[in-house]
Amino acid sequence: MAFAWLPGAAGDIARGAVTTVLLIVVTTLAGTFLSILGAAGRRNGPVLLKRAIGIYVEVMRNTPFLVQLFFIFFGLPSLGIRLDPVLAAILAMTLNMAAYTIEIVGAGLDAVPVGQTEAALALGLRPRQVFIKIVLPQALKVIYPALTSQIVIMMLESAVVSQIAVRELTYEADMLQARTFRSFETYLVVTLVYLVLSMALRRLLVTGGRRVLGAGVS
Amino acid sequence: MIEFTFWDIVRNLLLAARWTVLLSLAAFVGGGVVGMVVLFFRISENKWSRRIASGYIALFQGTPLLMQLFLMFFGLPMLGLRIEPWTAAVLGLTFFASAYLAEIWRSGVDALPRGQWDAGASLGLHYLQELRLIILPQAFSITRAPTVGFLVQLIKSTALTSIIGFEELVRTSNAINNATFEPFKVYGLVALIFFVMCFPLTQYARTLERRAAH
Repeated sequence: MAFAWLPGAAGDIARGAVTTVLLIVVTTLAGTFLSILGAAGRRNGPVLLKRAIGIYVEVMRNTPFLVQLFFIFFGLPSLGIRLDPVLAAILAMTLNMAAYTIEIVGAGLDAVPVGQTEAALALGLRPRQVFIKIVLPQALKVIYPALTSQIVIMMLESAVVSQIAVRELTYEADMLQARTFRSFETYLVVTLVYLVLSMALRRLLVTGGRRVLGAGVS
Repeated sequence: MIEFTFWDIVRNLLLAARWTVLLSLAAFVGGGVVGMVVLFFRISENKWSRRIASGYIALFQGTPLLMQLFLMFFGLPMLGLRIEPWTAAVLGLTFFASAYLAEIWRSGVDALPRGQWDAGASLGLHYLQELRLIILPQAFSITRAPTVGFLVQLIKSTALTSIIGFEELVRTSNAINNATFEPFKVYGLVALIFFVMCFPLTQYARTLERRAAH
């Protein structure tokens, strides 16, 4: 094993790590928002919408992320939708994550007692206010631990987007090992960076969640 | 230039899907065997074995599977082993699966009341007999749904082995796509084949879950 190349590569690795973090931040925000809409639509929307969301969830959960990514990046241009790699990656990650979090958010919505909604309606709140101010905060608190796991899983899964030439951590590793001929050492270092990232991300989400939501996460 | 008809594409994809199925089964069986060993460490009474097993599980659950496959593929030759994509894929997925399966089964062991161990001990069974006759059968039976759920995840994960050069469904589809320039059709079909493999298992896991809830 030889690590003489490491000091010169630190900049590339750091840049890749920043891109990976940015990808997961955008995906988390967009994915959570989409899954709140999806979960609400699945419960209160018209029948057709309910069925469409159900099909979407099943399709995404039963096919590999890599295939979804290739379909979006290589397949959609034949319908005239051409996305640059970063956008395609964010779209694929968001759609994939939302399929899992729609079920999680849905379970959270179900866990809020009906009495909460009834009480809020009795106080004269409009249905939308009831959802945003009463039901949703309580639901998010319940599902926060599950959401946290899903975000970390998505971060690890994002290594795959290197395959469509998004310059994130794995892509930088691929480039480095081609330059240094030290494949094993390069991937070992980058794997450790991923390990640190995932542990830091989990820690951050747990402490952040405790502060903002008061969610009891360990 | 060879012309590919629709049925040529479907036939080639289905032939490649055999390797996806085979790899999934091999990794599931291998992961089950190694996962049992990790489970023994994880629930052992020795503090250090428990720690080692927890570290092992955290390592595999905290790093991308793609990195694990790369390390297998490039690392084993450094130990002097000649390695082909198939070996790296099976070994990589086996270790990956072992960590997840051990953790799933551990949750089953933890869910059993302490009295099960005590009852076994009072019947005069020693540790291994307790595990074999009382604890593990119950732990496996209550974790059947998440185990099947993980099998679905494992089947989907085999797609990553295409990146280290194993000729399964996705790698074949890349080759077909390069020849036909019909990515929409080719990747759509690949998604469909994966769906047909995974969806029944997902439904089965759901049935098991519902049965367990009653």
